[in-house]
Amino acid sequence: MTTIGVLALQGAFREHIRSVEASGATAVIIKRKEQLETIDGLIIPGGESTTMRRLIDQYGFLEPIRAFANAGKPVFGTCAGLILLAGEIDGSYDAHLGLMDMSVRRNAFGRQRDSFETDLDIKGVADGYNAVFIRAPYIERVGENTEVLATYDGHIVVAQEDHLLACSFHPELTKDHRLTAHFVSMVENSKRTLAS
Amino acid sequence: MARTGTNVVKRGMAEMQKGGVIMDVVNAEQAKIAEEAGAVAVMALERVPSDIRAAGGVARMADPTIVEEVMNAVSIPVMAKARIGHIAEARVLESMGVDYIDESEVLTPADEVFHIKKDGYTVPFVCGCRNIGEATRRIAEGASMLRTKGEPGTGNIVEAVRHMREVQGQIRRLQSMDEDEVMVYAKENGAPYDLLLEIREEGRLPVVNFAAGGIATPADAALMMQLGADGVFVGSGIFKSDRPKEFARAIVEATTHYDDYKLIAEISKGLGTAMKGEEMNETTDRMQERSE
Repeated sequence: MTTIGVLALQGAFREHIRSVEASGATAVIIKRKEQLETIDGLIIPGGESTTMRRLIDQYGFLEPIRAFANAGKPVFGTCAGLILLAGEIDGSYDAHLGLMDMSVRRNAFGRQRDSFETDLDIKGVADGYNAVFIRAPYIERVGENTEVLATYDGHIVVAQEDHLLACSFHPELTKDHRLTAHFVSMVENSKRTLAS
Repeated sequence: MARTGTNVVKRGMAEMQKGGVIMDVVNAEQAKIAEEAGAVAVMALERVPSDIRAAGGVARMADPTIVEEVMNAVSIPVMAKARIGHIAEARVLESMGVDYIDESEVLTPADEVFHIKKDGYTVPFVCGCRNIGEATRRIAEGASMLRTKGEPGTGNIVEAVRHMREVQGQIRRLQSMDEDEVMVYAKENGAPYDLLLEIREEGRLPVVNFAAGGIATPADAALMMQLGADGVFVGSGIFKSDRPKEFARAIVEATTHYDDYKLIAEISKGLGTAMKGEEMNETTDRMQERSE
């Protein structure tokens, strides 16, 4: 059975758990770094990126998550999670996990009153996907090994770099589990590759 | 085609705050301390509740300068309070781009009968509740987030505990009911019937419910999380304590790890004096009774 952990320091982790389970994998809440050893893939959920970074530091998650990803295990960052994965934030290289070659802008669509939902086509994953953007970031630029899977209004909102996946919106807030299912299949593939 | 101000977008914003602490601040400096300590949002106010209590008189929406100053100082969401039923204050705050409005009994109500009809706003609202009747009426009016009323500005957790237990207990009772019994329960509690059916089915409220009104220590925050709160508001508890920075950080940690008692013991050591509390029978003006 494929086990996917959801980093549960703050934010919408329970919804991710439900979404992972609906996609046919086992989901566990991750509150301590030692638990990373028990999972095949990790989701970093939406929440407040500043708050999450502080808690990541406090509980010594930074290096263990980097090591987890560098060992080839898939990581999926949504909204705040995308910000944590990015190598460049708001034009500064003072990144958090810095795992993905992309530059992101925080609160890029504006304040809460500008938050919105829309229907997106995600390349190779889903058409007409109900995407919920909440004080969302977008990706300004991706490196040459990072594939753009979806854009909205000319801005990149889903990107994948090998076993790392990031999106600006909240796949956990709707009953449309297709993007989570895509991540689950990434984890299943990596599990097979890592085992062989 | 982007759809703004939908229920999913407004309730979703509150979902992102779960497991976090929202702190009352009165200026940019305090807002930065809160952000630095790991607050998920700040509530911009002219005075914290205990000072409102001490000052007496009519408490109104904060001076927009303060709200603006706080909005410019931090990148986390900024909330602000409007008086209950004060449509104009709410619209002013919405026009300024605040991220959440608290239609709050901490301020002097503008309307003693009606709350704001909140579903017509793009900005989401949080409201206080003491029981399932108040909770569901606020949701039906369009609130996207709830909090216990507690007794603001007292540093006494007893009322917040009462309100959280009441709501949680009523949800459990509802779940054990036969569907035939729900209509009478709706009548007894003045609760919209359809919402009760939904809550009975899901076993929880359709919006997040934070604890508020009396949280003064890390252990208070942990207690409320254990009772089922989705997160906590701390009003006077931080900037009326001896060491705001340390209190802020410790309350954030205790909220994340609310069932790790060793850790809570560790972070509570040498924190200094919490805000001075008030016994309930010494509290003359009960803010929680200003609305239902």
